[in-house]
Amino acid sequence: MSAPFGRRHAPLLIRRTYGPYVVLGAGDESARAQPGQFYMLASAERWGGGDGERPYLARAVSVMSVGDEGLMEFLLEEVGPGTKRLCELEVGEGLLIVGPLGHGFDEPDAGVEPLLVGGGIGIAPLVAVQEAWGGQALLGFRDAEHAKAAELFTDPLVSTDDGSRGHHGFVTELLEAELAKQSRPIYACGPPAMLHAVRAVARTHEVDCELAVEAPMACGFGACYGCVVATVDGYRRVCVDGPVFDGAVLA
Amino acid sequence: MIEFCGLKLRHPVINASGCFDVLAAARVFGDELFEQFPFAAYVSKTITLRARAGNPPPRLWESAAGLINSIGLPNGGLRAYLETDLPALAAALPVPLITNVMGSTPEEVGEILDALEAEATVAAIELNVSCPNVATGLDIGADPDGLEALLHHVRPRSSKPLIVKLTPNTADVAACAAGAQAGGADAVSLINTLRALALAPGGSGAWLGGGSGGLSGPAIRTVALAQVSRVAQRVTIPVVGMGGVASGADARDLLDAGATLVAVGTESFRDPAAGSRIARELDDGFTQIAH
Repeated sequence: MSAPFGRRHAPLLIRRTYGPYVVLGAGDESARAQPGQFYMLASAERWGGGDGERPYLARAVSVMSVGDEGLMEFLLEEVGPGTKRLCELEVGEGLLIVGPLGHGFDEPDAGVEPLLVGGGIGIAPLVAVQEAWGGQALLGFRDAEHAKAAELFTDPLVSTDDGSRGHHGFVTELLEAELAKQSRPIYACGPPAMLHAVRAVARTHEVDCELAVEAPMACGFGACYGCVVATVDGYRRVCVDGPVFDGAVLA
Repeated sequence: MIEFCGLKLRHPVINASGCFDVLAAARVFGDELFEQFPFAAYVSKTITLRARAGNPPPRLWESAAGLINSIGLPNGGLRAYLETDLPALAAALPVPLITNVMGSTPEEVGEILDALEAEATVAAIELNVSCPNVATGLDIGADPDGLEALLHHVRPRSSKPLIVKLTPNTADVAACAAGAQAGGADAVSLINTLRALALAPGGSGAWLGGGSGGLSGPAIRTVALAQVSRVAQRVTIPVVGMGGVASGADARDLLDAGATLVAVGTESFRDPAAGSRIARELDDGFTQIAH
């Protein structure tokens, strides 16, 4: 389904926090996002003039949840001037949005419950996957404070780097254990090192994996060619050819 | 209606080359894109004789009120453009097509112009001269005499309107514009991006995969105004002004400085429909003046 053409104004309807993460909810009745798709987000007011006279460009943010009547929820973590401005927005303030954009996750075959492997802020699109199609969530966080975002999932298994909650170690260790019990496809999103490890596990166990990758983006709709990722077919734009790629296609 | 190099345009706002990919945008926005097409003419990204993969990522760096890019002109090459892109554009595009081309030698440019000569879909050609000269390392468009010589060589190869996209990375942009005019250009467009550098944290060198990049956005708006103003005073051919245009007022400034058309670049990244908004704001300005 096509996205509405142009940037639109959307009032912020919801703001809540899970540890350091902020959930923003905005109404966008004109569009329905698929799991794995994203929007370009900016604040309607005071976008710019922060650290280093930034932000300037909108920020690409995964759809975390698609509610009734076009309510879109996004998960954010402050990592720079753009996410800082978005995270400080209050209910009633305005967002400027373009979307939904990108190629999302493919629907799993009937009866298949995929493994949803998320790391840090990368858990966001997997919330939408679980809401739409189910699946066992395996989530990796830095510590228990960040792991508060596991509440967004139904029956997740959690690992933390410091062992303050759940399994002490990497989320890929949880993935190995689940695959040893039952072979099933993987949907993953997280930092590059985690995605690299997930691909290796998928190869070893000969299961399909779909990865949502992240890249700095200027436009989100294929105009700037700035967000490319290396694939077996050369560079591909994350915004229009992804952000979800078959793990076997990535170089 | 605006007359530009024999083209009849609905309004004076077009896109800057490389800042809007109409075929990708059609996949994203569907028919609405063409029903509300934001530009009075569409300028393609740069086409080269052979396919280019583009530069390794990272390709973008957000700077103070601007963007530094090092994309590296990825494109499928002339043949793929003729076989795949042009038929798709001919079928869908509601406005005239200006094809932007670049060659690393005059002969390469000539070959591309020869191939486009028979293509009725191509209403005009924009020549990107921001390509480094292999011998000097300077942009081939940075030297007025070299630019005039290039134009003398390639001008006879095309009967289509030829717009020369000037580089701002030169000592005297007006002299370069005069060289382009003397060589037979029908129009000039400026400014291209300003050479800029972003460093990776920790002293590990350039951030962008391609090394240095080109700066665009509001940060360059006043530089663009100065260069467009100087060029418009120097040449008699039409000028396409661009650089940091984000509003009708910005576009009005460039028109007042002597531009015939205004191109929108980075602002389209922030809002794909920015061209329509800027044209509307310009039109509202006209109305206010008229009343």
